[in-house]
Amino acid sequence: MAFSRWAAPMFGIVAVLLALVGLWLGFAAPEDYQQGDTVRIMFVHVPAAWLSMFVYACLGGASFLSLVFRHALADAAAKAAAPLGAAFTVLALATGSLWGRPMWGAWWVWDARLTSVLVLLLFYLAYMALRASLDDEAKAARAGAILALVGVVNLPIVHWSVNWWNTLHQGASVFRKGGPTMTVDYLYPLLLMSLAFMAAFGALWLVRIRGEVWRRRAEAAALRAARR
Amino acid sequence: MSRAGALLAREVALAWGKGGGPLVTLGFYVGTATLLPLATGPEPARLAAIATGMAWVALALAALLSLERLFERDFEDGALDLMVLSPVPLELVCALKCLGQWIATGAPLALAAPLAAIGLGAKPELVPLILACALVGGLAFAFTGGIGAALSLGARRGGLLTAVIVLPLFVPPVIFGGAALDAFASGLPWQAGLALLGAYTAAAVALGPLAMAAACRNALS
Repeated sequence: MAFSRWAAPMFGIVAVLLALVGLWLGFAAPEDYQQGDTVRIMFVHVPAAWLSMFVYACLGGASFLSLVFRHALADAAAKAAAPLGAAFTVLALATGSLWGRPMWGAWWVWDARLTSVLVLLLFYLAYMALRASLDDEAKAARAGAILALVGVVNLPIVHWSVNWWNTLHQGASVFRKGGPTMTVDYLYPLLLMSLAFMAAFGALWLVRIRGEVWRRRAEAAALRAARR
Repeated sequence: MSRAGALLAREVALAWGKGGGPLVTLGFYVGTATLLPLATGPEPARLAAIATGMAWVALALAALLSLERLFERDFEDGALDLMVLSPVPLELVCALKCLGQWIATGAPLALAAPLAAIGLGAKPELVPLILACALVGGLAFAFTGGIGAALSLGARRGGLLTAVIVLPLFVPPVIFGGAALDAFASGLPWQAGLALLGAYTAAAVALGPLAMAAACRNALS
């Protein structure tokens, strides 16, 4: 708790500063010759998509620690990470959809990447639904950890199978990389925004873990008080 | 081994005998397959294009339906406690439960799948492949479905929760089986899809019982 007390606000400040610089550079960058202004959606879309996978890795790691070492803090971390990961996944899907409409002329295509991100969202939702519907906290923790690890095994298979399915069905994908390979003008803001998202996730994660720990302490205190 | 045999016989008898057995699942399957032409329109050309895929998805949904009873009944009446205490490892018990589920409902569904596909307008040459995909995929559905059923033990709204957990796990087998059927229908090599479906099934049979047993122990602790 001593660490997170100063680390959470610090991560938050770093996130805001990085996002300000990243957005400034992102809006100052010249328009893409094919995509025009819509290319700037990338600076939110790509970091969100990266984070959606990174957070699941965090969830899987925390679940493993909580299952093997039965550490309460690891479980609090896993529980706190899931809604954040789902939020990043929704953000990636929503911005992708907004970007897809002007670029491909469709809000949604059954492209391999889109589909596997959608399945990732389903995994997050299943995890949260399972935790929410088990009343016993210790049982919810272990059941959730088992499901998260099943997801760790399954998500690469899903990702690969969806890729295989897509290439099987359509030859030339809508996702052909139009335009030039990324110039420095786009690369720097993208990297800055990714770091900003990462820092924002760190800050939010720590805040949520703190909240979860406080909630458990309050519950324990209430139980002690009721016993007197 | 006789213990395991007795357990399997018990599971099959329970899944077959109680609550209508495979007939209810088959009825659901036929109902789902009937809704499709009602929703898309009865033109044979349009139906034939999606017949195998729809028969395949309806199969996955029907497999979902019977999962709820897999662990819940034994959990409620205490039989699961006895199974944990028995000398048969819990992992094997879980595997036998899924196998019994597959024998009692998966195999009858697999026999009905070609009928549904042909009824929707698929080519008769597809029948052996549909049967093979349904048999192999049904095993994967039973073993991955068992994970969801075991995890939602003791949860509120267990049936719905099982479906939410299991549907993302059904994505790879649905893709592999659907791809094999689609490739066969268009005269392309179809062996890859069936082989991948078999690989996923093998992985589910090997790893699923570990997760199921861990989930059962957790629910009983």
